[in-house]
Amino acid sequence: MSWLQKLLPPKIQRVGAGPKKNVPEGLWSKCPACAAVLYATDLEKNANVCPKCGHHNRISARERLELLLDDEGRFELGVEVAPLDALKFKDSKRYSERLADAEKATGETDALVVMQGAVKTVPAMAAVFEFDFMGGSMGSVVGERFVRAVDACLEQNLPLICITSTGGARMQEGLLSLMQMAKTTAALTRLSSQRLPFISVLADPTMGGVSASFAMLGDVVIAEPKALIGFAGPRVIEQTVRQTLPEGFQRAEFLLEKGAIDMIVDRRQLRDKLASLLTLLLRLPVATG
Amino acid sequence: MKTAFLDFEQPIAELEAKIEELRFAQEASAVDISVEIQRLQKKIQAVTKEIYAKLTPWQVAQVARHAQRPYTLDYIDFIFTDFEELHGDRSFGEDPSIVGGLARFNGQSVMVIGHQKGRDTKEKILRNFGMPRPEGYRKAMRLMRLAEKFGIPVVTFVDTPGAYPGIGAEERGQSEAIGRNLYVMAELQVPIVCTVIGEGGSGGALAIAVGDVVMMLQYATYSVISPEGCASILWKSSERAPEAAEILGITATRLKSLALVDKIVSEPLGGAHRDPAGAAQNLKKALQDALRQLSDKGATKLVEERFERLMSYGKYRELELK
Repeated sequence: MSWLQKLLPPKIQRVGAGPKKNVPEGLWSKCPACAAVLYATDLEKNANVCPKCGHHNRISARERLELLLDDEGRFELGVEVAPLDALKFKDSKRYSERLADAEKATGETDALVVMQGAVKTVPAMAAVFEFDFMGGSMGSVVGERFVRAVDACLEQNLPLICITSTGGARMQEGLLSLMQMAKTTAALTRLSSQRLPFISVLADPTMGGVSASFAMLGDVVIAEPKALIGFAGPRVIEQTVRQTLPEGFQRAEFLLEKGAIDMIVDRRQLRDKLASLLTLLLRLPVATG
Repeated sequence: MKTAFLDFEQPIAELEAKIEELRFAQEASAVDISVEIQRLQKKIQAVTKEIYAKLTPWQVAQVARHAQRPYTLDYIDFIFTDFEELHGDRSFGEDPSIVGGLARFNGQSVMVIGHQKGRDTKEKILRNFGMPRPEGYRKAMRLMRLAEKFGIPVVTFVDTPGAYPGIGAEERGQSEAIGRNLYVMAELQVPIVCTVIGEGGSGGALAIAVGDVVMMLQYATYSVISPEGCASILWKSSERAPEAAEILGITATRLKSLALVDKIVSEPLGGAHRDPAGAAQNLKKALQDALRQLSDKGATKLVEERFERLMSYGKYRELELK
């Protein structure tokens, strides 16, 4: 996103900019789960959920915010925080180059987008991971933006919603990224002491350092259908235990059965569900919006 | 016990072997070779010093994982008295890859918690190679809450390749267990002093490493991902782990320069395994200083400062917005 776009009032900002990965340029798109051939605009209108089988395609952070928040009164936070290659990390490519490539590909400056707004008129803060930015990995910027989101919640008495889609900690920032786990989680203690709700929504995938920090600590933990959620990746586990993993292992339905999450919510109902939960937690009347 | 030598320690091993030979020869002959042995021992010192002065990060990782390196229970033996080990997470089971319990440190009550690796094959399996399952982390959390209830400071020792990546561990909420510990340690109302004594493997290490003072032994490592894991992601080959160790910045000196570690506790010449008692003595001194420094602070100030410190982690640019 250019600086000019950022300066525009959120209302006229073109939200949802950036490439839509799962919708090819053509008019038609094939569902990766059921192979149904779908009209691209239908799919998009359906929150990128296959109308035939309910498969949830990955979508960008801004598309999620567009689905979640009311049109009025949106305000983006944390844009002033930008990444830095503190370790001068270089493998086949420099980290700084990877950052530049990711920015070009997604239009984002890092993997977390924070936006203040309202969910069906209930004021709330939303922090959403952008998976296409280096696998939605958490480095210093993601950590700092998350904390600034929490700070704004504390100042304005707002509940926090976080939608995760991430591979975990960002290797390229070494131990600095591991420490973001401690930093983000510590921030939640402040939300709690001010009795502000934190609702965690786990989208596909939520793994590693993000799942093993704040993501599983929501007052309410929601997952999208079939989302892969866990600490270690399935391949690592398979190599360690030397056996085939059970069907549906680490999927949202599996976590629900094991008692790890509160509910699975279809993306198309998420906004209603969040409004209902927030008003119940905050002891507000039913949201109208 | 015979010292096991690492690849890069071969010059030391050769000299040691020479001394052994001489000793053997001495028994059979009347010639006094003690002078020669002394000379060789001095040489060993010099060579060891030279080798250890320029260890690469990968070599440090080898020392951190050395099979004879002192583990948590060794340090507990050396440093504390009246250790009363406490077991179990009260909801699923007991995980021997994390040990914990009450003990006295210079007479004062403390709660000690640490990862525990095994020495021989049987114990290695029992300790699951120091890789905890959720119940291990939940036991640690239970003990921390217990310490808080009675105003007892917490001392942790970190030494794990990482949290166990197993089916049962995932089923029982490995992520939640680690995340919950981070939360509890951020708000715990008593002092927490953490020391990485060997391997600080990622989230599995951090889950007992959030504190008021974070120290590292000189040849310990602390990393977001193992060098092997990093190499297999970056270059699809764990053989390139030495390069990965270099770029990840896993050594105590590197992490201190990034302000992620407060203090480096020096180890005896040639690493802690050469002189466990000496290493323990250094560690005891460092713990003493850290606990003394924290003892006067009230709980509110303690937690406030810990929080500020956690918030300071991270390196980013702050753009000026027009």
